[in-house]
Amino acid sequence: MALIEKAQIIDADGVRRALVRIAHEIVERNKGTENVVLIGIRRRGVPLAQRLSRFIKEVEGVEIPVGVLDITLYRDDLSTLASQPVVHKTEVPVAIQGKTLILVDDVLYTGRTVRAALDAIIDLGRPAVIQLAVLIDRGHRELPIRADYVGKNVPTSKREVIEVRLEEVDRVNGVWIMEKPE
Amino acid sequence: MPVSDMQLILETAGSLKEILTREIKKVPTLRGKSIVTLFYEPSTRTRTSFEMAGKYMSADTSSITVATSSVVKGESLKDTALTIQAMGADMVIMRHSVSGSCHFLARILDCSVVNAGDGMHEHPSQGLLDMFTIQQHKGGHLEGLKVAIIGDVQHSRVARSNIWGLTKMGADVHVAGPATLIPPEIEQIPGVTAHDRVEDAIRGADVVNVLRLQRERQQKGLFPTIREYSRIYGVNRERLALAKDDVTVMHPGPMNRGVEITSEVADSDHAVIEEQVTNGVAIRMALLYLLLGGAEA
Repeated sequence: MALIEKAQIIDADGVRRALVRIAHEIVERNKGTENVVLIGIRRRGVPLAQRLSRFIKEVEGVEIPVGVLDITLYRDDLSTLASQPVVHKTEVPVAIQGKTLILVDDVLYTGRTVRAALDAIIDLGRPAVIQLAVLIDRGHRELPIRADYVGKNVPTSKREVIEVRLEEVDRVNGVWIMEKPE
Repeated sequence: MPVSDMQLILETAGSLKEILTREIKKVPTLRGKSIVTLFYEPSTRTRTSFEMAGKYMSADTSSITVATSSVVKGESLKDTALTIQAMGADMVIMRHSVSGSCHFLARILDCSVVNAGDGMHEHPSQGLLDMFTIQQHKGGHLEGLKVAIIGDVQHSRVARSNIWGLTKMGADVHVAGPATLIPPEIEQIPGVTAHDRVEDAIRGADVVNVLRLQRERQQKGLFPTIREYSRIYGVNRERLALAKDDVTVMHPGPMNRGVEITSEVADSDHAVIEEQVTNGVAIRMALLYLLLGGAEA
């Protein structure tokens, strides 16, 4: 099923500005960068987390560790998916005990990915705080989950699909609204 | 098994291995799935490693030891298997002394059946964990590597699974052992060379996989004495020196120290025998996830 492109809602500069703002908010909210660890949720949360780490370094001069989380093993829909998702590596380089963890993902939608990520994190240890940063919040939550840092709120219909494209994965930067054909 | 399936299993095992290093070694993926191990032959590592793999993935595992089961009352394999299935097992993992018995079981059962070794035929999960171990030590690829397999190839299902898997992945396999224990048709498999002398197989090898001398299968007098076997075919320091400097030495276990391998070699830095066991758990977790994690399971 090919998706129909409706509109580009954020361009490359827009993505960068949103991330720079989130980087500042992270530092401000946590009164610095002490104990902060960024955790990117595979797949597009990972380059976003790395970029946030870079922007924070430009502001504060501190290197924030970045971890990678694969949530496949924690999904609640494994038994209903037609094709089985491939498990990728989870790589969290530091002990998360007592840390301030910031989960990073591209789009917040039903909240189920974040639910799975929270379970996956808790299995790795007990952080002091977990916060959530997303580039796009498109609504339609199915679980009581909200983001602490949002790049842009985008009201959508359920027939629409938000596509975040990042240079590291897709060779371009930007956000598009696509639509499933009738 | 197609190459793409092997690659998927190896890749999945690479991702799951991290779980074994955690403080809390448990993921919820296979919650509510039940696995039964049915072993008609003795085993420590294969059975335990399947069971632990299941437990790390939150499946429920039970094991049937044939010596204390209804099999001693004369129950047939088919009836035992159907009974297990009727109790709601999602997967049966079996080891049996008859080649092809798992294939038979797979045809009569609706649940998944995993071969944990059948007779002198195959031991697929061991073949996969050996390939996984080689990959981890040789920069992620198997293509073009020279792998020497030394010993009793004839009776070894480990050797067969290794040979079939490795040659498909493009490795160059060299076997050596007593002529009576090397099946003559082995060289018909593309990528396999048989040698009479162990030295010829080991020379320049990237990996030396030493097979266990299966004393329980040696009643036919296929070689004179254990001592002579050890002297001519045993892997020792002098023979290992012929291999590449960074050679990796593997053994499927259990080892007969001083017979097919000297303690000096088994305890050297080249040996990765314990790591093979750890990797065995990762490979089996991958198999369980791929067989039970999806929709049809």
